[in-house]
Amino acid sequence: MSAMLEVEGLEVFYGASQALFGVSLQVREGSAVALMGRNGMGKTTTIHAVCRMLPVRAGSIRFEGSDITALPSYRAARRGIGLVPEGRRCFPNLTVTENLTAAARPGDWSLARVREFFPRLAERSGQLASTLSGGEQQMLAIGRALMTNPRLLVLDEATEGLAPVIRREIWTAIRALRAEGLSILLVDKTLSEILPVADDCVILERGRDVWRGAPGEITEQIKHDYLGL
Amino acid sequence: MDESRKEFWLNAVLLVGLFATPVIAMMIDEPFYVTLATRVAIFALAAVGLNLALGLGGMVSFGHALYFGLGGYVAGIMAHHAFSGMPMVFGLSGSDQMLAIWPVAMLLSGLVALVVGVLSLRTSGIFFIMITLAFAQMAYYFAIGWPTYGGEDGLPILVRNQFPGLNTLQTWHMFLLAYGALVIALAVFAMLRNARFGAALMAIRQNPERVAAVGISPFGIKLAAFVISGMITGLAGAMMADLNRFVSPSMLSWHVSGELIVICILGGVGRLFGPLAGAAIFVGFEVIFGGLTQHWQFWLGLVLLAVVLFARGGVIGIIAGRERHG
Repeated sequence: MSAMLEVEGLEVFYGASQALFGVSLQVREGSAVALMGRNGMGKTTTIHAVCRMLPVRAGSIRFEGSDITALPSYRAARRGIGLVPEGRRCFPNLTVTENLTAAARPGDWSLARVREFFPRLAERSGQLASTLSGGEQQMLAIGRALMTNPRLLVLDEATEGLAPVIRREIWTAIRALRAEGLSILLVDKTLSEILPVADDCVILERGRDVWRGAPGEITEQIKHDYLGL
Repeated sequence: MDESRKEFWLNAVLLVGLFATPVIAMMIDEPFYVTLATRVAIFALAAVGLNLALGLGGMVSFGHALYFGLGGYVAGIMAHHAFSGMPMVFGLSGSDQMLAIWPVAMLLSGLVALVVGVLSLRTSGIFFIMITLAFAQMAYYFAIGWPTYGGEDGLPILVRNQFPGLNTLQTWHMFLLAYGALVIALAVFAMLRNARFGAALMAIRQNPERVAAVGISPFGIKLAAFVISGMITGLAGAMMADLNRFVSPSMLSWHVSGELIVICILGGVGRLFGPLAGAAIFVGFEVIFGGLTQHWQFWLGLVLLAVVLFARGGVIGIIAGRERHG
């Protein structure tokens, strides 16, 4: 499998403060990569840089062979990087259908297919996003990203703050997308949920990638040293 | 009755009411009210244009008088040259045909809106308001100092421009044109709002960064909406100049920009029929209170204050609920 996303030596600053110190990672086509680490270690910053929502001071981001390091975020999204942001972040004063329609781009994922994938969204189609439950908003956020017909789906804490039953539903959906061959880069703190989905793992520690490998290679020592478990 | 049905019926009442007013006025031989209804339709048309930028896109343009006045001057200047037989710029001849004037008015308004939009949409908030105001005021002072077309005194349209099959000198026919243009503009507004374009525009108003993350260029969508908005308001300006048979720099004044914003707020910002409801209230106030006192704007100001403080959905919102339905 060829690399769909190649991040090399990424350095990102917030003003004068450096947040990422040469982070590198790869997502192979059709694979799922888990980006892990404790709070504040640079996971969301890495994701935002990959989605071109943050300027990159040094390093490069290549997507399907093209350098996208200097692209604005809307162009990165048009190339095929779909983001499901932390905290859902739907458009609260738009209906479910409007949220989905706004993001629509040509491809396999149509409004009908997203509604089929998340039947609850079909039931709530005329409802304002602000009136949905947390789980439904998360489904909407994933549905909205799918409407852009991404080739790489980036999920930032997709199940954070959700009830266990809803988490299971969201993970089932993510596994279904994974089974369809969609490439996925995901961040989540719950190891028991993220590891079964991932093919590869990258652990960040204070803005540096300190460990990478298969989920089965994560030892108790690694968990203790880098994940605070 | 649920709120969406209420809004549907309210919209229907407004549309039928506007049409019925001149019909009844003609039956009782009161042509003044036919002209009044035409004025409401044209102001509503101008406000539909602004509503696209302000209501859907959250772009508080304080310079839409620029497009209103520009449309008016296109009608005035083309008619002036048609009447005098003198060529216009680049040797082009004038025209007294509305079907020739309207596309020129819309095209020029769109081009100017494109230039203003490219320069102003890189800013937001107070800066955007000030830049749009500045462009309109520049045009206002330019028109005042342009003696070729009347300068401060304005330019009369000696014979109202023509439309095939209609006698535009008849108030009823002029009303039909304004009403038809308004209905088409409302249909365009509804179509844009219900399409991906409208959803994206409304999403940008809520959070431009989030919109960019789903592949939408906020600048491109806002610019397109701003240009369409300017074109619709420009058409209204051309019609208003024909209705009054006169165009003057006052059509470009910031007062007009303010009035269009007031109309949108009174009716309901972003609501499909908000501009029509707002225009009816605005013109109604002007006629009813204007006949009683010179300071009718004071009373309108009180109403506006009440709407802003207690009914942000405007008149449509008071009756049909604050959330948008129709």
